[in-house]
Amino acid sequence: MSDLRKIIVDGIETEAYGDMTLIQVCEQMGIEIPRFCYHERLSIAGNCRMCLVEIVGGPPKPAASCAMQVKDLRPGPEGAPPQVKTRSDMARSAREGVMEFLLINHPLDCPICDQGGECDLQDQAVAYGVDFSRYKEAKRAVDDLDLGPLVETHMTRCISCTRCVRFTTEVAGITQMGQSGRGEDAEITSYLNQTLNSNLQGNIIDLCPVGALTSKPYAFTARSWELEKVESIDVMDAMGANIRVDSKGRRVMRILPRNHDGVNEEWISDKTRFVWDGLTNQRLDRPFVRIDGKLTPCSWDRALEEASHMLKSGNVTSLAGDLVPVEATYALGQLTDSLQGQKECRVDNVDLPIGNRSGYVGTATIEDIDVAKRILLIGTNPVNEAPVLNARIRASWLAGCNINMIGEPVDLTYDYKHHGTDLLSLQKLARTLDEEDLTGTLIIVGQGALQKQLENSALSIAMKLAQKGAGLLILHTAAGRVGALDLGFAAEGGLDVALGSAEVIYNMGVDEYDIPAGPKVIYQGSHGDRGAHRADIIFPAAAYTEESGIFVNTEGRPQLALKASFPVGEAKENWAIIRALSGTLNSPLGYNSLIQLREQMAKEFPHLMEIDMIQENELQPIEVTVGNNAEIENVIQDFYLTNPIARASAIMAELSYRSKTTTGEINEAAA
Amino acid sequence: MLRRFHHTQPESFAFSEENRKWAEAQITKYPEGRQASAIIPLLWRAQEQEGWLTKPATEYVADFLGMAHIRAYEVATFYFMFQLRPVGTTAHIQVCGTTSCMICGAEDLVEVCKERIAEKPHQVSPCGRFSWEEVECLGACANAPMVQIGKDYYEDLSRASFETLLNDLQDNKKPLPGSRKGRFSSEPESGIKSLSEMARQKDEFSPAVSLAQSEGAS
Amino acid sequence: MLADKDRIFTNLYGMDDCTLAGAKKRGHWDGTADLIKKGQDWIITQVKESGLRGRGGAGFPTGLKWSFMPKNSDGRPHYLVVNADESEPGTCKDREIMRHDPHTLIEGCLIAGFAMRSNVGYIYIRGEYIREKELLQAAIDEAYADGLLGKNACNSGWDFDLYLHHGAGAYICGEETALLESLEGKKGMPRMKPPFPAGSGLYGCPTTVNNVESIAVVPTILRRGATWFSSFGRENNTGTKIFAISGHVNSPCVVEESMSITLRELIDKHCDGVRGGWDNLKAVIPGGASVPLLPKALCDDAIMDFDWLRDHQSGLGTAAVIVMDQSTDVVKAIWRLSKFYKHESCGQCTPCREGAGWMMRVMERFVSGEADIEEIDTLLRITKQVEGHTICALGDAAAWPVQGLIRHFRHEIEEKIIREKVPA
Repeated sequence: MSDLRKIIVDGIETEAYGDMTLIQVCEQMGIEIPRFCYHERLSIAGNCRMCLVEIVGGPPKPAASCAMQVKDLRPGPEGAPPQVKTRSDMARSAREGVMEFLLINHPLDCPICDQGGECDLQDQAVAYGVDFSRYKEAKRAVDDLDLGPLVETHMTRCISCTRCVRFTTEVAGITQMGQSGRGEDAEITSYLNQTLNSNLQGNIIDLCPVGALTSKPYAFTARSWELEKVESIDVMDAMGANIRVDSKGRRVMRILPRNHDGVNEEWISDKTRFVWDGLTNQRLDRPFVRIDGKLTPCSWDRALEEASHMLKSGNVTSLAGDLVPVEATYALGQLTDSLQGQKECRVDNVDLPIGNRSGYVGTATIEDIDVAKRILLIGTNPVNEAPVLNARIRASWLAGCNINMIGEPVDLTYDYKHHGTDLLSLQKLARTLDEEDLTGTLIIVGQGALQKQLENSALSIAMKLAQKGAGLLILHTAAGRVGALDLGFAAEGGLDVALGSAEVIYNMGVDEYDIPAGPKVIYQGSHGDRGAHRADIIFPAAAYTEESGIFVNTEGRPQLALKASFPVGEAKENWAIIRALSGTLNSPLGYNSLIQLREQMAKEFPHLMEIDMIQENELQPIEVTVGNNAEIENVIQDFYLTNPIARASAIMAELSYRSKTTTGEINEAAA
Repeated sequence: MLRRFHHTQPESFAFSEENRKWAEAQITKYPEGRQASAIIPLLWRAQEQEGWLTKPATEYVADFLGMAHIRAYEVATFYFMFQLRPVGTTAHIQVCGTTSCMICGAEDLVEVCKERIAEKPHQVSPCGRFSWEEVECLGACANAPMVQIGKDYYEDLSRASFETLLNDLQDNKKPLPGSRKGRFSSEPESGIKSLSEMARQKDEFSPAVSLAQSEGAS
Repeated sequence: MLADKDRIFTNLYGMDDCTLAGAKKRGHWDGTADLIKKGQDWIITQVKESGLRGRGGAGFPTGLKWSFMPKNSDGRPHYLVVNADESEPGTCKDREIMRHDPHTLIEGCLIAGFAMRSNVGYIYIRGEYIREKELLQAAIDEAYADGLLGKNACNSGWDFDLYLHHGAGAYICGEETALLESLEGKKGMPRMKPPFPAGSGLYGCPTTVNNVESIAVVPTILRRGATWFSSFGRENNTGTKIFAISGHVNSPCVVEESMSITLRELIDKHCDGVRGGWDNLKAVIPGGASVPLLPKALCDDAIMDFDWLRDHQSGLGTAAVIVMDQSTDVVKAIWRLSKFYKHESCGQCTPCREGAGWMMRVMERFVSGEADIEEIDTLLRITKQVEGHTICALGDAAAWPVQGLIRHFRHEIEEKIIREKVPA
């Protein structure tokens, strides 16, 4: 990487690597280059011609700065650094010309276009265009596509930048979109109008620089400038995608990705993006107590009183659910400790070793996927468990990484070598791998490989291989899980032991597990889902967009989600409910605000407050267990319905239904 | 021109045994893993087999070459020799309309097509036997104006000689291709001015015309 | 006039025996192995010294182009690709080589392939040339049967396979990188350069794309010597060249002539003159559709070579001469070319995709006169907005004929507009 060269841009000398493109050099220098087709995470198309710049001493025509590399430039006279001009007459008139061509066939429908206010074409027309039209001919009209319930199309607005085609082909790994025909009649299309078979398709809405592809659920509901925009963290899976929550008043209007190179780059899954209608349905908006077998609304005081009595009436076990931030779990942990109760967050009954972060997080990061030479997937279907992470594996595969897999053979959008579906095949593969240097190998262990019946054998094998140089990444599915384990919110012996002697269960947001009959249940959560139905007392709580909270993602990275709107009705923030209950129990927790809570937590668990920092986890292999052979099965059956918010979403319900009809799980005619 | 699959499509497509063998041989022209290179020749062969390029045929060829259907569709819609809708069963007449032919009378030929076949290009005549379109330069400019029918070029046409050609086709004749002004190929009509040595021993027909003759044209 | 003994394509009209035996009788495939044994450097030097410039339109020196191919292999194969996608309106010269004198091309492929260290060559012929494809394939088969191609081709010690590939109706595939895309089984959309094909071409391997005629003249150049070839034409514009003359001449034809022949001699000697006499001439497009036309005044002294025509704001292009007499509606003739470019634009990049249609539509109104005088300048500016701003040269090619028309025949456009505005 010593290929640094001097280059002069707009009269300013700078240094850049030979393989950098001019647009990247300009970006680095803070010089803005307009563009439509260029996108740093997609292949270079060079078709929009908006980024033309003048190369001094080059051919008498401008060059596309998105494609031209520094090393392609010839030095000036007497070895002077090559010169690029981005604001010369040549560059400016080229852009003006391109801008005019883009606009002649673009409809003048900005007032009714959802892209209005955040439209690259609109912005650049103002910045680089002229304010009159010389076009006297009829404008082109293009048929719209039916891409399904998520992406609305207005193809007349399309400027053929092909970002959507490149994203779906390169990142999402589907071969449905293309550009058919040619010339001015070329059409961006999906094959025979098929709806897109990808749970990453919503990203093409963001990528589309004009209003050709817009969000169908968001259609005509708001203007970008009237939205409150808050930076947050997604909880739909454990990857912790960085998101922006846009709300109008108290209502979340849409969710968009934020860039984080180490986590989600700038993609999010369709569940992350479109789940927001689930935030308004099925909400628990006031406390309930069960009277004569029936859940009955009541006041907070009454509910807290009843709960306080209940908690004092017998052995307590607290459970922490999938979507809960660490602050609430921390508070519940302290409350439970004060009641000498049991704690457990592994409510799906997986064998994640307590206190061994190298075992429940692993030793590798998501970014390690990019440089891996070989990846071994054990008991995971990342398409369902972390779609954006799967796209990252796909990118690595495109760059030459070998993918191997043990578990259910599913379509991952890339080729892999399948080594079998059971523990025996893993043991067999491990024996061959044992002979090799495993530097450059990344092992990704899914929750499917941690199921009880596998008796920890899969994890122990993976950790043994990690000793030989392989990276290890435990792929979680629950956003709150790693944080809860970091807090030690787990019982020796697991869920069965934790529940064994329980007489009262404090259920904070557990909706993926049926609590057995017997114990009394206090449920704290946001939605009227499984957990609430089993409850005797219900505390209505904030959903993830309604409170600030820390989530530790699957690679052990704490990230801070900010509060975008307010809890509905009488619902309260999760930590505050616990704090209030502790008061009613006469053993008040030592903080009155979230800030104080965090200060206290930081003393005990300093790494949780080191936002965005990944701790290095020293590998502590667990004892290798042989175990009885068993099938390794994936944990997620229905991607779209993995949590109570998603289950409350009409859009997710439709997507779930559609995915089942396409896979044949539901016969449409019969249904 | 907007190009999409025709609204009415046959159920299925498969290469004839002979064409399948031919297709497999075509793939060997290209390096291992580069079989997609053969898509144009294979789609063309499929079109020759069916008369036009159908959706099942496009998908069959895509599958044959291990390509995504959309990639084959892109190719089928990009290249204008692929007829995406049925053409006349006897002849699909492609009139060259670009400048050399235009200034030598191609518009007359288009007129004849409109009168005798169908008002619009790509429309099949009422009898189902003929269709026509105006195509871009076919590369026989020194023999303008001209039309292509199937594999063959009919050159140096006039309204009258084109009408005769159509009459012959109507009568199920297979007219010989080539110049309608008696030229052998692209030498000056008035007589050869170079290579006169060679001219003395020429055959009756040029090689291209002989090929058509060997396939039954007369 | 070029003497028959100095013609390379001695069976241009196909009147002689087109088979391998006939080709050998005419002197082709004579001592090919010996030429190859003289080595790559010798061949490239000879081609450079002959002054041969590419015959596909751009006129880039052929020997220089070959010298860009890597001298040492990095493991990737090298490819020779022959551009036989002859589609430039007015151009019908390669057709004659392929159907009547195919062995000049095949022998040229072997020599050129060797010179650029390539063991495989592809000839990409336009899809419409079906008979030409059949005849060329038959000639390739003959060459294989005779040991001239394949392992130890022609006993030269060089292995060379030659494959014929065809397109399916897309002018853009005559652009070298679009041709490579098409040959890889994709839409013929041009690639951005750099990287140039010599570094990364077909299948990402070093590739040189040459026009049919450029390749087919090489064996004769090597046999008869670079100085023989360079003795024809003016300096920097040497050699013999196949011209195709169409339109309003008494006897349109394809003919091999000396480079730098005057336009008038070409038309008078080979085509029996302009229809109605030289003074009935209105304009000539001297090098295929993409070059600006020449009005009669310039035609009087026109020299048919790269430099003279470039100096007069036109170009030799493919040496396809389209002659228009006084009866021609020259606005309509150029509109038809605009229509052609709009039809053939691949649609990839903005200026050409949008500009080609726009130019055609304005031209369409010029033909009928339904326009304003100011629109002539508007159209001129549109052509400048397309020119030089596209990925490939099709944008330029679409702009130039319109620019030529406005430069030389603005008055005709104006007359049409005025006539339309003022009813008779």
